Amino acid sequence: MGMITDSQFHVLAVDDSIIDRKLIERLLKTSSYQVTAVDSGNKALEFLGLLNEDEQTNSQVIQVNLIITDYCMPGMTGYDLLRKIKESASLKDIPVVIMSSENIPSRINRCLEEGAEEFFLKPVQLADVNKLKPHLMKGISKEIKEPNNINNKRKGLEEIDSADRTRTRLNDTIDINNDGLPDLEIV
Amino acid sequence: MERNQQLRRQLASMRQSLFDQGHLDEQFILLEELQDDANPNFVEEVVTLHYRDSARLITTIERALEKSPLDFNKLDGYMHQFKGSSTSIGAQKVKAESTQLENIARQEMEKAQLHLLELMHSFQVKTLSKNNNNLICMNPSRCMKTFQLLKRDYATLRRKLEAYFQLARQAGPNEIACRPK
Repeated sequence: MGMITDSQFHVLAVDDSIIDRKLIERLLKTSSYQVTAVDSGNKALEFLGLLNEDEQTNSQVIQVNLIITDYCMPGMTGYDLLRKIKESASLKDIPVVIMSSENIPSRINRCLEEGAEEFFLKPVQLADVNKLKPHLMKGISKEIKEPNNINNKRKGLEEIDSADRTRTRLNDTIDINNDGLPDLEIV
Repeated sequence: MERNQQLRRQLASMRQSLFDQGHLDEQFILLEELQDDANPNFVEEVVTLHYRDSARLITTIERALEKSPLDFNKLDGYMHQFKGSSTSIGAQKVKAESTQLENIARQEMEKAQLHLLELMHSFQVKTLSKNNNNLICMNPSRCMKTFQLLKRDYATLRRKLEAYFQLARQAGPNEIACRPK
């Protein structure tokens, strides 16, 4: 991806909550990362689209070394964004980390299987941000392969929320949940 | 000098009682740790953002609760936002109450879901006309009660934090004295 200025990794943070954006930005800056924070998946893609253009013209102005995104966002969810990034030839090598306030194992699995490097439970802690370093390093040198530590990536997988947020699909058209799958169609 | 020390002590005890009374949890400490000379007002900035967010959400939720029947899908969304915001600043009580409300909304949605299915089976229709009366709210008062608690605790926290930051400004920088063990 080209030369990076002295230990200045650039992280793109995506979250619709202004508070969480401020928090993650501050957390990332304590690790001396450069941060761009946007409030939606669309804005993130827009920003990354700029990245593409620069690559094509060989004048690298913006460079993103890692994307950290909230899962639950109106419109494009973090998962949708993850998929779009992994489907893009120019963007798929950028490590993506998902954040969520909800500890839903199936959600976590889905994201990891789709290629997310880590899944952080909110509120994100300094310790979580410290876990980003290896993924950022991986971005520079593609020969370094990380072992697939699925177990280490999940926090609190054993705690299944007793309020039971996982809904059974009663039939194909009904599914009330939080991850953007179609709700009940009422005409 | 003497006065300043007094202020600092007052400040520390104010802060401690916020934790002791369960208004704040350890997330607030993380915010304090992120504050430094380069970001001297970080905590207050984040908390102020939370007030803005919360005030807006409370108004929206109030309006939503006045509707009949209740739109639990929307309520769930609002509570989720509220919970997220409170969690991020360590507002413990408010977080607990918004979680409760979120659960109530989800339980109600589940019941409505089941109810609709029963109707569909009994009338053998594939689609339903937009008839919100089919969504029967089992427990409107439960929602209201919890929401009133949430509003009350949010107001209390806000009042106490505003007093705290005001005192902090009087005491001058370095007001983040000791941390609870």
